[in-house]
Amino acid sequence: MPAKPILEARGLTKTFRAGGAMFGKQFQAVKGVSLAVSPGETLSVVGESGCGKSTLARMLVGLETPDEGEILFKGEPIRRDRALRRQVQMVFQDPYLSLNPRRTVLDIIAEPLDVHGLARGAARRQRVEELLSAVGLDPAAASRFPHEFSGGQRQRIGIARALAAEPSVLVCDEPVSALDVSVQAQVVNLLIDLQKRLDLAIIFIAHDLAVVRAISQRVMVMYLGRAVEEGAADQVLVTPNHPYTVALRGSALEPDPARARLARGTAARGEPPNPVDPPPGCRFNPRCSRATDVCRQTEPAMESRPGLSAVACYHPVASHELAGAA
Amino acid sequence: MKEQAEQRPVLSVSGLDVSFRTLRGEVKAVSDVSFDLRRGEVLALVGESGSGKSVTTRAVMGIVRGNAAISARRMELAGNDLLTLGEDAKRKLRGSVISLVFQDALSALNPVLSIGDQLGELYRTHLGVSRKEARERSIELLRSVHIASAERRIDDYPHQFSGGMRQRILIASAIALRPDVLIADEPTTALDVTVQAQILDLLDELREELGMAILLITHDLGVVARSAERVAVMYGGRIVETGGVDAMFAAPAHPYTAALLASAPSIETVERLEPIKGSPPNLIAPPPGCAFNPRCTHAGELCTKIRPELVTSAPGRSHACHYPLVEIAHAG
Repeated sequence: MPAKPILEARGLTKTFRAGGAMFGKQFQAVKGVSLAVSPGETLSVVGESGCGKSTLARMLVGLETPDEGEILFKGEPIRRDRALRRQVQMVFQDPYLSLNPRRTVLDIIAEPLDVHGLARGAARRQRVEELLSAVGLDPAAASRFPHEFSGGQRQRIGIARALAAEPSVLVCDEPVSALDVSVQAQVVNLLIDLQKRLDLAIIFIAHDLAVVRAISQRVMVMYLGRAVEEGAADQVLVTPNHPYTVALRGSALEPDPARARLARGTAARGEPPNPVDPPPGCRFNPRCSRATDVCRQTEPAMESRPGLSAVACYHPVASHELAGAA
Repeated sequence: MKEQAEQRPVLSVSGLDVSFRTLRGEVKAVSDVSFDLRRGEVLALVGESGSGKSVTTRAVMGIVRGNAAISARRMELAGNDLLTLGEDAKRKLRGSVISLVFQDALSALNPVLSIGDQLGELYRTHLGVSRKEARERSIELLRSVHIASAERRIDDYPHQFSGGMRQRILIASAIALRPDVLIADEPTTALDVTVQAQILDLLDELREELGMAILLITHDLGVVARSAERVAVMYGGRIVETGGVDAMFAAPAHPYTAALLASAPSIETVERLEPIKGSPPNLIAPPPGCAFNPRCTHAGELCTKIRPELVTSAPGRSHACHYPLVEIAHAG
């Protein structure tokens, strides 16, 4: 197990002002979320839309400024330090929107080199060609444009760009959800291989539990801006303890007809509520079959439990109950 | 099983070709696609982007846009010959005999009409009922797709509903006239995981209640496993394998089906994923022989020369491959 975290976040909180019908109201997209990731390790953050996972990712790479809390790189605050910020790079979800269509692949991948003044001229081109081969593309692709590539190839270009400044941490926001199944696996394997080769720490934002299982050592589950369960990947995904994680797990569609049919009719109740107007107490209580009075009044704090995942729940689901339910 | 086999299919398509003329050449989006859909069953058309699954269903619905050339040997819907039927008659079938649920509920609903007006319009134009009766029926309809306090929400507009609710409303409008065939084109792709499962449960329930057949279009093998009985796998505009869900998932015959299953990760176990190398074919200039041959790990010398025909290997199962992975006839 890798010991010392390279990137750490403590008590991150981000509040936005709502627009539209809820104009003027504030909502907490992320509230008090802490995490740590070590070199060579992947921490996945999973949850449904509105849970705050993308806002969390954007704070980690400096695209949003947290209202509260701090982000540490090797123990040092990362906020305004460009050299430290360079160490944390992002791979975006949509490989069609995140690459400038009017620039060549060379200029796209070299952008971090230009921004941080890392390489020029022949060295710049050589570095880009190295990066292209590292992500499994032909170095000759450098002079072509994004539209000449398929979705999977574009995501490889996005990964090459993120790696250009030699970061130690990669934050990937739903990097494979826009790709076809057969191509998804290529990109997941590429990330795993690059991680091994470069000893990268990866924060992988996703909603697909099966993809998460394939890539991560640890998993954090978010619901309406809060972390609700965190722990080793097999613990959280195979024997989840928070009722929300159990519901997510039960809703996951697996390509196994016998198992999938068992899951028919067991879908979680309701939908994630509007984050502008969250329920009091535990934010999952209106959808939770185990909710009691305390859940409706006081929000539970995240508690670590020896040998088990950490959960923010008054009535966690025990593993023997899971076996009975399945 | 036996009863079903003797029943006439409610939708029967044979030898469907759809091609588009583009500036760069002719794109053969769908080639020689045939399938039968029986009353009350769920048939899944599975494939990746560009496999032709959506174009196939749009051709059946008669709503292919652009300069498309469509031809078929047979296209029959509940006793109607779609190949000879006039445009007006076809329009009458849409909604009442066959209807479609799209992926994106927000763009499929009219933002400036209340839900009651949109659903009521169906009853008033197709059945000629009064405004009052249309409203009552619409409320009933919303209840059947489990929209809480339907009598109050009937006057709300689409933006006042969540994504999952909007998908329920879209399904409500598709089943309003109790069609024989429901085409569900990626009905859950845009939804959150927990809501996805709810919508699939709803489709199951409605199918049982109304006895309609569902043609489920999806790229997600998990959706197929949960909801379908039979599958047709499409690749490069053609059906490459058909069969019952259990049999095919347990022992796929076509290397593409096998590769697709192997590339899907599982929550239970961690194994290195086996991606399919390369990317789907360019349909303007598809590879010679089998369209899958450049990506196939089992390809032999025939594969680049002769395109394999879809052959029946066992009752209910067929594949288009020179070197199938399992000899189904013996295994069966």
